[in-house]
Amino acid sequence: MKRLLFVLPVAVFAALVGAFVLGLRHDPSHITSVLIDKPLPAFALPAVRDNQGLASADFKGQPMLLNVFASWCVSCREEHGLLLALKQQGVVIQGLDWKDEAADGARYLSENGDPYIKAGNDASGRTGIDLGVAGVPETFVVDGRGRVRYKFIGPIDADDWEHTLKPMLQRLRSET
Amino acid sequence: MRTWLLLAFLLAAAPAVAVLPSEQLADPALEARARAISAELRCMVCQNQTIDDSDAELAHDLRVLVRQRLKAGDTDRQAIAFIVNRYGDYVLLKPPFEAETLLLWLGPLLVLLAGGTGVALYLRRRRDTRLPAFTADEQARLDRLLGEDAA
Repeated sequence: MKRLLFVLPVAVFAALVGAFVLGLRHDPSHITSVLIDKPLPAFALPAVRDNQGLASADFKGQPMLLNVFASWCVSCREEHGLLLALKQQGVVIQGLDWKDEAADGARYLSENGDPYIKAGNDASGRTGIDLGVAGVPETFVVDGRGRVRYKFIGPIDADDWEHTLKPMLQRLRSET
Repeated sequence: MRTWLLLAFLLAAAPAVAVLPSEQLADPALEARARAISAELRCMVCQNQTIDDSDAELAHDLRVLVRQRLKAGDTDRQAIAFIVNRYGDYVLLKPPFEAETLLLWLGPLLVLLAGGTGVALYLRRRRDTRLPAFTADEQARLDRLLGEDAA
């Protein structure tokens, strides 16, 4: 009994330290999307460039990435180079220009390179809200049947691509 | 006098809110409902603020959206569900009671139970440490001593 009284507070303290260490590693800005395993909400957006708008119906036939960007978004520039490289490799990326003027979005793409097949302009941000977008950049992995399978928050770096997104797209490709 | 004046000024000062006049609804009852709903929704950009407090653009958009829903005839519950369907339970500053939040809601009760058990154990032990009763020998000696005293 005496021994237990000594050990118990130490054990409780150790458990608390463990919980806090885990808490420190947990990034509060990473919130799982409610859309996971659900179809994309219906949308049809006007074009950023080329008169080629983006609609939810465009997501079919093969897994794709839906990348939410904006010309005013600083950290989007961080991942832009990677997105261009992915386009070269044949990864299908669709763009959603969030809370931005189409003209600004188009200028951003002509100045920095254009990694998207189609790019839709969501000037009001309303489609972004339907997608649960809290900030830019965010990237959704959408399967060949138009269902959201994963959401990546923040700029993608080479490591994220190699270890998270690439294996996921490969798995989805083998599904369809 | 000075203190009273200061107090009066403090009381008269309106709390700072992010809601812009242009966002507000003409109908005060509807606007009050919108304010109450906004105060329960988390701003996804500055996560420990409500959308009612936050100056973030997304918070502004969501405030306007909540007002649109109310104007379209949504109940409070429907308007909140509209936002939760997009951003998840995380937008609710008061988390719902469900399997995933069981520990959160029942945690304090568990701590109370653990503490209560500890206190009960302690009290019982204290009672056990009272002096044991006299043995027959001791009692006889005590009686003899007390008897001598009385005589």
